[in-house]
Amino acid sequence: MARVVFTANLHRHIDCPLQTAPGRSVRAVLEHVFAAQPRLRSYILDDQDRVRKHVAIYVNGERITDRERLSDWIDDDDELFVFQALSGG
Amino acid sequence: MSDRLLVGTKKGLFELRRNHADWSIAASHFLGDPISMLLADPRDGTLYAAEALGHFGVKLQRSRDDGKSWQEIPAPAFPKSDTDGLSVSYLFCLETAGADRPGWLWCGTIPGALFLSKDHGESWTLNQALWDLPERKDWMGGGFDDAGVASICVDPRNSTQVTIGVSTGGVWRSGDDGASWHAASEGMHAEYYPPPRNHAPEVQDIHRLVQCPAAPDSLWVQHHNGVFRSTDGARSWQEVTTIRPAKFGFAAAVHPHDPDTAWFVPGVKDECRLPVDARLAVARTRDGARSFEVLTKGLPQQHAYDLVYRHALSVDATGTRLAMGSTTGHLWITEDGGDAWSLEAGHMPPISCVRFG
Repeated sequence: MARVVFTANLHRHIDCPLQTAPGRSVRAVLEHVFAAQPRLRSYILDDQDRVRKHVAIYVNGERITDRERLSDWIDDDDELFVFQALSGG
Repeated sequence: MSDRLLVGTKKGLFELRRNHADWSIAASHFLGDPISMLLADPRDGTLYAAEALGHFGVKLQRSRDDGKSWQEIPAPAFPKSDTDGLSVSYLFCLETAGADRPGWLWCGTIPGALFLSKDHGESWTLNQALWDLPERKDWMGGGFDDAGVASICVDPRNSTQVTIGVSTGGVWRSGDDGASWHAASEGMHAEYYPPPRNHAPEVQDIHRLVQCPAAPDSLWVQHHNGVFRSTDGARSWQEVTTIRPAKFGFAAAVHPHDPDTAWFVPGVKDECRLPVDARLAVARTRDGARSFEVLTKGLPQQHAYDLVYRHALSVDATGTRLAMGSTTGHLWITEDGGDAWSLEAGHMPPISCVRFG
């Protein structure tokens, strides 16, 4: 089971507590999360189920390489961190 | 008269209410979040607020208790595609789809597309006929990366007659509820586009299209390079050359009962986009564009750098009360059709849209 952590900035919009989820890819893990919280999907992924342009996903501190299919490998005890790309105004 | 004004800003939704002669901010919602569009549905009192969250995409909120509580509902989204599919980046306009069809809504988006909901926004369907227009390939971004459907007018006499304005992409009409579309920009020209295609319908930059509810064959357009008027249901357009102090602008409003009365907020043309001589003015015609009055009473006449976006000028159902919000967070209201304006809020975030209701 991977640990899934969401940026505090996202908590302002939607309930997304720290949680664990099974899966061997980033997409598989996130699909488990979305199954329990369907509304969260559109905050992380765009209309085509790609990672949103201004959202970043890291696994154990490394940015994922496949933002379209989310195929990066996940091991047990990995930590998947979802946060916003920094920009402002 | 409507005693409530909804104001969408870069940092939230504000609700102003009129108490005796004064307007004040009565409530705020979604503080910190950019609001792109608002709708107060006169058919059932439902409020809708479209958000453009910088990181997390477009969202749509609905309130069925007059703004006391809000529920997130699905936002329009493009169908999944095996190829290079698109994603909605902005909810640009939101309109009811006719008094005879409760709960039906039209939504115009960036990239330029039209979506219909038949269930109070619970689900949305892409209008495929508009999306499949060959001319759509020539639409361009107008202030945004992609083209956008910025205006939707539903004919009060017949809800299946829909006219839209695309920035940049011309005026399009459907007489069959969106099953088919035809270009309706005859008479317009684009100064910014090289000839001979500067008269092509799909290159016209329609900043704002409005339709007179009492005389729906009368429409006005604030175009990128001027103002155009139609009196024959958008079959043809005539350029308005009498407007002053400038012909550039974004916003337009038409009197709900008098098709000859319309308001615009002129500015220095596109390279600059500021009030002429830094004096904020509203241009009003009451004779079908034969002449214009430049209305300045109550508006700043020195060092005013306010720009009024396309959805930030609104007229209420009486035609005498209007509201206007600017990019520098000033909000003015007039109670006499624009003869005099009163600054009702002066420290708001940049204002994207205002609506009575």
